[in-house]
Amino acid sequence: MQPIVEIRKLAFAYDPARPVLRDIDLSIERGSVVGIMGQSGCGKTTLLRVIMGALRPTAGEARVLGHNTRKLDTAGLYAMRRKMGMLFQFGALFTDMSVYENVAFPLREHANLPDDLLNDLVMMKLQAVGLRGAAHLAPTELSGGMARRVALARSIALDPSLILYDEPFTGLDPISFGVIVRLIRNLNDSLGATSVIVTHDVQEALGVVDYVYFMAAGRIIAQGTPAEIRASGEPFVRQFVNGSSEGPVPFHYPAPGYDADLELAAH
Amino acid sequence: MRVADLRARLERLGSGVSSHVWRLGFASRFLGYLVLHSGTALRRFRLTVAEIYFAGVLSLIIILVSGLFVGMVLALQGYETLQRFGASESLGVLVALSLVRELGPVVAGLLFASRAGSAITAEIGLMKATEQLSAMEMMAVDPIARVVAPRFWGGVLSMPLLAALFSAMGIFGGYIVGVQLIGVDPGAFWSQMQAAVDLRNDILNGVIKSVVFGIAVTWIAVFEGYDAPPTAEGVSRATTRTVVTSSLAILALDFVLTALMFTGGNHQ
Repeated sequence: MQPIVEIRKLAFAYDPARPVLRDIDLSIERGSVVGIMGQSGCGKTTLLRVIMGALRPTAGEARVLGHNTRKLDTAGLYAMRRKMGMLFQFGALFTDMSVYENVAFPLREHANLPDDLLNDLVMMKLQAVGLRGAAHLAPTELSGGMARRVALARSIALDPSLILYDEPFTGLDPISFGVIVRLIRNLNDSLGATSVIVTHDVQEALGVVDYVYFMAAGRIIAQGTPAEIRASGEPFVRQFVNGSSEGPVPFHYPAPGYDADLELAAH
Repeated sequence: MRVADLRARLERLGSGVSSHVWRLGFASRFLGYLVLHSGTALRRFRLTVAEIYFAGVLSLIIILVSGLFVGMVLALQGYETLQRFGASESLGVLVALSLVRELGPVVAGLLFASRAGSAITAEIGLMKATEQLSAMEMMAVDPIARVVAPRFWGGVLSMPLLAALFSAMGIFGGYIVGVQLIGVDPGAFWSQMQAAVDLRNDILNGVIKSVVFGIAVTWIAVFEGYDAPPTAEGVSRATTRTVVTSSLAILALDFVLTALMFTGGNHQ
């Protein structure tokens, strides 16, 4: 079966002198939960934006849901996105709408449903994330974890084939964390969807994903199942998985000589 | 050294001018796209009605109170001058023409830019900063059609109504001060106003001005919000730019429109 996301020799740069992504090869099978991991600034969110079609590759090819994203016009892109769901880092709920209206939003925009049916669908999605009782609340009345769950309910409102998660665990307390991890797995399996999680929370994410791509400096440097990643001898992966300050990732940001900054040469 | 210095200054000037021209071009393309994608705002008119409420109805207090005071001050100042020439009976004409032709559209436009324009920019800018617009795009919903267009049309439709209410309230304020407090004859106040104010040359031209100001202010407000850098500082600067640019645009457009409408000897 054709992979749901297939990326070949992909490169992306805002400025040609400073490429953000280089030589990316990646394949995501239908039904799987795949993690894209790496430290902040390594290009993983940019890769996610390329997959969702928000950025066009400067070289190579990204095939998502059977479409070459580089060749899609706006209408084609929007048609593709109707089959995708996206959970943003902090939920990105519409603050002028209630929880109910947030979840109803994609249904109102894309499906001309009778009110009764729309209500049933919204309640089912909220029930799936355990927040049916919060339907009347405003987004400002929700905790961070609840907001993330509402955003998840909204992202699955149209029963997407592909769900993208951008740092879904950031800033969550341990209980909310566990709830989101469980929801990602359960929703993926019950909807028959495919999920891509971009995160730097390695240990927790390794417990939920089927396959992992590790990124550093805009390249994929390692890949494998969670067990393979845990057993990896690659120094960067070991440093990242163990959260060690010693390793190939330097503590210091590149800088000119310390002597020069302290003006020792003059003495 | 001096040549290099001059060259650097010229380069900075050229870069500044070209970036402003580029931005104006971008804003024009934005307006074109916005108008072409206004189908949703017009088809689902309740979206636009909600924005008329936020931009128009919620601006009513400041518009009505300001109109009342401006009319009262006009009457006081006008009476002071007119009585020197024995023309205090023409107070109604002075108040009405000043408001309908100039002060109504201009002051209502300035207040609208401060109250509604800044709110529109801040709201769209914050929606961008909190990824709400990106979320909409990811749900295959065009944020310009769904968020920007209803706000644009809401503002464009609200502004002439607010300017009309400002003028009406100002005339009422002029009546209170001129007739009730100073003692100008009410018959002369109203009849001279009725005789001197022309529907096409005065009222229609005032309405045209308020429509033009409404388009300018709302265009600037939605563009600045949509173009704001997605940070607290970016939204704050965009909001300030909306008020400053809108105010200058209103005053400059007012001069141009006044020159076109009320000069050339075609008006009595």
